[in-house]
Amino acid sequence: MTEHIAIVGGGTGGTVLANTLAEKLDAELAAGEVEITLFNDSEDHVYKPVWLYVAFGQREPADGRRPLREVVDDRVTIRQDYVVDVDYERKELELVDAIDPAPYDKLVVATGAQLEPERVPGLAEAGHHFYGEEGAQALRDELLEMDGGHIVLSVVGTPHMCPAAPLEFTFMVDDWLRERGRREAFNITYTYPIMRVHGNEHIAEWADPRLRERDIGIETMFNAEAVDPEAQTITSMEGTELDYDLLVAIPPHTGSDFVESAGLGEGGWVDVDKHTLEATGFDDVYAIGDAAQTGVPKAGSAAHYQANVVAQRLASDLRGQPATAVYGGKTICFIETGMDDATFVEFDYERPPEPSEPTRAMHWSKLAYNESYWLTARGLL
Amino acid sequence: MTTKQTEADTTVDARGATCPGPLMDLISEIRAVDTDTVIALLSDAEKSPTEVQEWADESGNEVLDIADEGDHYRIHVKKL
Ligand SMILES: Cc1cc2nc3c(=O)[nH]c(=O)nc-3n(C[C@H](O)[C@H](O)[C@H](O)COP(=O)(O)OP(=O)(O)OC[C@H]3O[C@@H](n4cnc5c(N)ncnc54)[C@H](O)[C@@H]3O)c2cc1C
Repeated sequence: MTEHIAIVGGGTGGTVLANTLAEKLDAELAAGEVEITLFNDSEDHVYKPVWLYVAFGQREPADGRRPLREVVDDRVTIRQDYVVDVDYERKELELVDAIDPAPYDKLVVATGAQLEPERVPGLAEAGHHFYGEEGAQALRDELLEMDGGHIVLSVVGTPHMCPAAPLEFTFMVDDWLRERGRREAFNITYTYPIMRVHGNEHIAEWADPRLRERDIGIETMFNAEAVDPEAQTITSMEGTELDYDLLVAIPPHTGSDFVESAGLGEGGWVDVDKHTLEATGFDDVYAIGDAAQTGVPKAGSAAHYQANVVAQRLASDLRGQPATAVYGGKTICFIETGMDDATFVEFDYERPPEPSEPTRAMHWSKLAYNESYWLTARGLL
Repeated sequence: MTTKQTEADTTVDARGATCPGPLMDLISEIRAVDTDTVIALLSDAEKSPTEVQEWADESGNEVLDIADEGDHYRIHVKKL
């Protein structure tokens, strides 16, 4: 009997998992004892961090996209389809395009996060963002056209992908304007929904004085309630109103609709055991990456480490050995602090992040990582 | 802090989430419900009682009571 491993979602987590499994289970795949299928709703694999650089004209969206077939090991079957539901009794996946359901023995959900600007009235029309390909290009064009004015960076919802990215954008836009001698003509305001500038206290403590030093206005406890595109204002639930000339928002996020319809968790986020990554209350179902509710940030690095853990657990299980690999919450993030400097943090469930002094070398490390990402996803690095 | 129990219309179970997860979960629920709805927030994050109170004061919502249930807090908030 062939054991079917189904992975839903061909982003960072799903791809690293598929490739790591293909390596680990080489003998079993060759003997036809196991089959790995990766389901993704589009043909391309997308590397989202590139969009931050697209906004500043430093990268093209195409730099962040490759056909999934080029990135995924040949031993893995790729099916381009959207998975709508799971029949846990029959152990089958229901697909949008295929008539027949797909069987699974082990299921891994790696469906990531999606944007939902519609949740805040006016935001979809008026807010720019760099959290999608088109958004990043429109933002680039807008930035290039502006002579001066008020730029508001508003973190509308958490959780969101890459908690460092809003700070990175703010530091970068400040530096970008300084480099062009235009900073005097602009005001910049950064808003965050809770009482400090970042969800993590250590990062907040590090970032707060740096924002102030660079004359960036700070509005904490600012939960955007509505945006008025005509009047160019953004209002918070707490009663603050800001005028803007350019609004850059981190829109609210949800998980894949599939997670909700499959009953795996509310809002599209899968409830998991944060160490084993098994979906709570379900047999043979795991979740990794942004879709999994582990308490760590929605970051590609976390998705990567989680994929390695699940690959080991699945391989052990297949060989009848006890699965001992566990995820300790490891996450790493490079944080750009301008156009030429960056810092780096590494943390886990036990140890908090400790941002170091930004350096040029760290900035180049981030750019080098972006280049080598394609090898990482491929399982070669 | 009190142990008085209030009837909640809806419950947000944010146990296991680290700061500021519980507060953010509460805020998104507040966005979704009608005025006068009472939300019970379950949180095991140490700072939740202070953070929720601070946010409610700022946003004009009301913390009805905060109960320490041993391994978590049950915080009742009314949307105003
Ligand atoms: C601007 C920006 C900058 C970032 N910078 C960094 C950074 O510097 N460092 C870092 O670590 N992280 C960064 N991230 C975050 C990182 O991109 C994500 O955390 C990472 O992509 C998560 O991987 P994932 O596999 O969980 O989901 P994704 O990579 O989002 O992949 C999910 C895939 O599943 C597909 N899918 C969803 N539902 C279904 C379904 N039902 N059926 C079939 N397919 C489905 C989606 O189309 C997608 O292809 C950044 C993100 C953004 C937006």
